[in-house]
Amino acid sequence: MKTLRFGQLASIALVGSIALAGCGSDNNSGSGTTAGAGSSSAASDCFTGTLNAEGSSAQKNAFEEAAASYKAACTGAQVNYNPTGSGAGIKQFIAGQVDFAGSDSALKTEEKDGVVETDAAAAFCGSPAWNIPMVTGPIAIAFNVKGVDSLTLTPAVAADIFTGKITTWNDPKIAAVNSGVSLPSTAIKVFFRSDESGTTENFTKYLAAASDGGWTAEPAKKWTGKGEGKEKSAGVAEGVKSTDGGITYVEWSYAKDNDLGVAKIDNGGGAVELTGETVGKAVEAAKPDGEGNDLRLKLDYATKEADAYPILLVTYEVVCSKNKDAQKGKDIKSFLKHFASSDVQKSLEEIGYAPLPSSVQTKVEAAIEALS
Amino acid sequence: MSTSITGRSAVDELPGPDGRGPLHGDGAGTGRLGDRLFGGAATASGIFVIALVTLVGVFLVAQAIPALQADQASFLTSREWATAGAEPRFGIVDLLWATVVTAVIAMAIAVPLGVAIALFITQYAPAWLSRPAAATIDLLAAVPSIVFGFWGLTIAGQYFEPVATVIDRALGWIPFFAQPEDGPSAKSTLAFAGVILAIMVLPIVTAISREVFAQVPTAHKEGALALGATQWEMIRTAVLPFGKPGVISAAMLGLGRALGETLAVTILLSSLNDGAAFSSSIFSGGATFASKIALGIQEANTATSTGALIAAGLVLFVLTFVVNAIARVVIERRKAFSE
Repeated sequence: MKTLRFGQLASIALVGSIALAGCGSDNNSGSGTTAGAGSSSAASDCFTGTLNAEGSSAQKNAFEEAAASYKAACTGAQVNYNPTGSGAGIKQFIAGQVDFAGSDSALKTEEKDGVVETDAAAAFCGSPAWNIPMVTGPIAIAFNVKGVDSLTLTPAVAADIFTGKITTWNDPKIAAVNSGVSLPSTAIKVFFRSDESGTTENFTKYLAAASDGGWTAEPAKKWTGKGEGKEKSAGVAEGVKSTDGGITYVEWSYAKDNDLGVAKIDNGGGAVELTGETVGKAVEAAKPDGEGNDLRLKLDYATKEADAYPILLVTYEVVCSKNKDAQKGKDIKSFLKHFASSDVQKSLEEIGYAPLPSSVQTKVEAAIEALS
Repeated sequence: MSTSITGRSAVDELPGPDGRGPLHGDGAGTGRLGDRLFGGAATASGIFVIALVTLVGVFLVAQAIPALQADQASFLTSREWATAGAEPRFGIVDLLWATVVTAVIAMAIAVPLGVAIALFITQYAPAWLSRPAAATIDLLAAVPSIVFGFWGLTIAGQYFEPVATVIDRALGWIPFFAQPEDGPSAKSTLAFAGVILAIMVLPIVTAISREVFAQVPTAHKEGALALGATQWEMIRTAVLPFGKPGVISAAMLGLGRALGETLAVTILLSSLNDGAAFSSSIFSGGATFASKIALGIQEANTATSTGALIAAGLVLFVLTFVVNAIARVVIERRKAFSE
């Protein structure tokens, strides 16, 4: 059949061109991939083989960046990351399917659905499992309001916006914290993540902790406020971009890539802009919550410290402190050492993450050194 | 004249002279290896697909039952969807509504359009045009659904805004067509998702309708024309009645696709926040069965949350099954009338 053959040819051509177009636009997050390659300390103890990790999608880009530069420094080493979500990553880790897990919250110490994650992981490892903070991702409150370039929000006002109590941009409550900014009467369109997400969980944790009762719902991966749901970070960012009056919470990189306005946050210590340093300051202010080299952090969302940007999530690498397979332990150690090195950490800022502050980084390096 | 849509003459269905069924070999060659191999392979394929569907059904039921037992709300009548925690509450009313509305909109657009295109290709278009036209339509079927979704979101969606306004102005007094005050932008509504689904379903409806219309016996058509019918009257009296069962099965296949389409709908539709009042408008947001599963499955890490999504999948499975069963019945009845 001639018609059929023509259709097939044309469709192959079409699909091909779509695939190519996809490549073209997908690479913007990977720029500067080679930063740190070669100069990093990891190059000395390279391994050959494959490491598999799985978990939080929040650290996917950072992980891939680190894995790419590690591979550039160590030919023959392959580090794979499967961003299936924190819960899935921890499950696979406990089941021994992956070498380590990435998670946007530390292993839970209390029972949930019949499993205590810390105990289950320790049982699998035969040694305590450690949570090593590795990537800090700030969450931006991104907005798109015609004529407004700079916006400051307090947690209470943010909570009112995201619960639908404030409905227009020129509401006196917003005006009160934005003197000198002329706000239009545009309706506020809140966009939220319609998929379940660690970003939602961390953002609602922040609102619940800092808004003084403005946010009453239990922090969860599923959005409980008002608004219009969009799929994934790309979806909410697109929603805000195409809607005058739109506002959402989204990882910093998406706000940057879409040229959205990012609100300054005033927790009570003055308006804080979102930058690598202000995020680092907030991580530094976090209290250690684990014992010894288990470096779980307790973020203080309500921190009033000046110049500390409070809305962020910290993703951990969850590892066995003593691996049953000694070689695996060495491999993991080598890669994590590279990941935590200041070169790699610095390169993450370009793609929307914040580097670990030096005080935390020192502890992280000590913990990695103690792995076996 | 008694031909079925397959073009097989009725004589084939009469028993043979020695009482064997139609189209059976005379048995003289039984025991030949090739015959046995081929027959066996064909039978195995048939059994395989039946087993596959059955196992999918069993899997869905087995996974769904524990979650359904834990459900604190009525699965069939509740609008909630909170699967976390010890007391999950979830129901499918909103999902069923969104799924059915988007699919119905898609069919309302795609079936008349697809039939019209098929009629153009087979009855009106000159020979040099009909083949490229058919190929172009087939090409639509090869476009991945995510492309349709993305195209709808970034390009086509903005042009739907005025369309929605016009519909709202003309028919807004019916709640079904009214734009809600605080609704999502037009490109994120059930209505627009239905439009995109219609485009995706179009090649299926067109291709099958075209095949059927092309098989209308020339004698029928010439008979109609000889009796003084115009071209339109010929199509109405000869082509359409002959093609009806084919068009119906095309529509049902398309409906199956519309009900189950995931990616494009997930990208386009804005979901409603918890506790939003039920809106019967097509310009409201929502989530279909498939998009709800796509949104939830990645972070579903407890037996209950996974089970709830699978239970939703089971309803979709049953819905599609029912639709197909109805189609079968309709086609069988039509066949009886036309013979």
